[in-house]
Amino acid sequence: MTSLADLPAVERLPYDIARIRRDFPILKREVSSGARLVYLDNAATSQRPVQVLAEITRFYRDHNANIHRGVHTLSVEATELYEQARAKVARFIGAADPREIIFTHNTTESINLVAHGWARKHLQPGDEVVISEIEHHSNIVPWQMLRDERGITLKYIPMLPDGTLDLDAARSIITDRTRLVSITAMSNALGTIVPLDVIVARARAVGALVLVDGAQSVPHMPVDVQTLGSLGVDFLAFSGHKMLAPFGIGILWGRLPVLESMDPFMGGGDMILTVSMERSTWADVPAKFEAGTPNVGDAIALGAAVDYLSALGMDAVRRHEREITDYALRRLADVPGVTIFGVPDAERRGGVISFELDGVHPHDIGQVLDTKGVAIRTGHHCAQPVMLALNVPATARASFYIYNTTDEVDALASGLEEVGRFFGVRK
Amino acid sequence: MAESGLMEDLYREIILDHYRQPRNHGTAIEPTCSADGANPLCGDQVRVDVALVDGVVEAISFSGQGCSISQASASMMTEYVKGRDTAAALQGDEAFQQMMLTGEAPDIDGFDDIAALAGVAKFPARVKCASLAWKTLAQALADGGGSVTTDDGSR
Repeated sequence: MTSLADLPAVERLPYDIARIRRDFPILKREVSSGARLVYLDNAATSQRPVQVLAEITRFYRDHNANIHRGVHTLSVEATELYEQARAKVARFIGAADPREIIFTHNTTESINLVAHGWARKHLQPGDEVVISEIEHHSNIVPWQMLRDERGITLKYIPMLPDGTLDLDAARSIITDRTRLVSITAMSNALGTIVPLDVIVARARAVGALVLVDGAQSVPHMPVDVQTLGSLGVDFLAFSGHKMLAPFGIGILWGRLPVLESMDPFMGGGDMILTVSMERSTWADVPAKFEAGTPNVGDAIALGAAVDYLSALGMDAVRRHEREITDYALRRLADVPGVTIFGVPDAERRGGVISFELDGVHPHDIGQVLDTKGVAIRTGHHCAQPVMLALNVPATARASFYIYNTTDEVDALASGLEEVGRFFGVRK
Repeated sequence: MAESGLMEDLYREIILDHYRQPRNHGTAIEPTCSADGANPLCGDQVRVDVALVDGVVEAISFSGQGCSISQASASMMTEYVKGRDTAAALQGDEAFQQMMLTGEAPDIDGFDDIAALAGVAKFPARVKCASLAWKTLAQALADGGGSVTTDDGSR
């Protein structure tokens, strides 16, 4: 296993947005109307820089082999690259040991792994799992399924009208019976940054573990699992594809003793120590949770994505997104008929802005913006409880990343003004 | 809009007219059959109430929420169906689904406004929006009610 100390320190570069954009050739393309692409759907998935694309090609061209098996050169190289990627991810989030990084396919699988491997083993009927009203469906449905199967109690920290969580309620909802608090660090639908300190402190006080859904936070801000929520957490789930890496590679970080206490999620090759006709014994962490041939190439490409973000510096990434978001909040507020959901300041939200345009369905907004090249997401954002609380069927959502510019925000705003004129929005 | 041959294909004036002033929307009728339709991906919802007398649609009403395409299509559908018998209504549904596949407006009596939706075929993401009301109508007529979604693979 590669140790963290073996990896070279990453050189920090000044934040040069023109230089960053050159690494993303897709940003130069046109959409079907002929307009230049303005990609503002980063909360759904990010674009990938040439460095990541090159790493995928390099692996398959020069090193491709299955890992953890052969003694031949290619297999040894592939194994080394795969384990180096694990170590890079570990260092990126402040994990104590690369063995605490489990490669999955996405955030959803990471959360399901905890539900199956930890919760099914350790929770009894009547035990409580606490989530919140602003969760993505991937942090709701696995717990509902577990509730129905095991008779646990599922409780929700409610959302306030401004899209923040009701922290007073959270203190009473998390009780002595709470065994796990599974909570997002940032809402994908509204951009709300959740003040994890309060929730983690309360969870610790009652002896509950904390799982953080970091799908929207890890790509966009510094995250250190040792100090997350001040006291640190127990699990962190996130996806590669929202942070410059390919689709199909996800991550679950867990504290080593907790991971060691868990049952495997899936059975098969690579996760066993021994297999006889009667029984099997499990391999050590993390192999225990990586049954079957893993997504080797994309894990290695994730390592390149982590290198890219580390070179920028996650402080710089967050600073850039805060500036863009602050500009966008002010710019969109001037567009006739626009209502922005969620907290009004960029300090307490990530680079996600959900909004509606008076009298125009989000689908129509997205369709007209597409003719301007502006790509946004419309719909319920896999967060139907949030839509229910806001009393809207859907919202339009613009979300930013490292390469977005204020010019692109202007394109969004002027596009919305045109949508308004087209559908006859009155101020 | 300037670069918008595509936009004109989709948002024809007659479509926006039905969207802004939907016909047979929320009308109080005494339905003999009803159905609810949903497009779970985008949150479009429509309810279709039909009053059948001797196999003829005597009155029809729709309600719900959705984008301009889904609402305009529902409005047009009700205008077409009203006064026609069940078989003609289902023929309309058949012709509409065919139009969504081919982008060609069928030569059917009463399809004048509806033909404006032919351009939707060029926007695969919006075909479900346009089809929802028709699918819901077919459900209402098929077995006296129930609910449909555009994601059940039945079409």
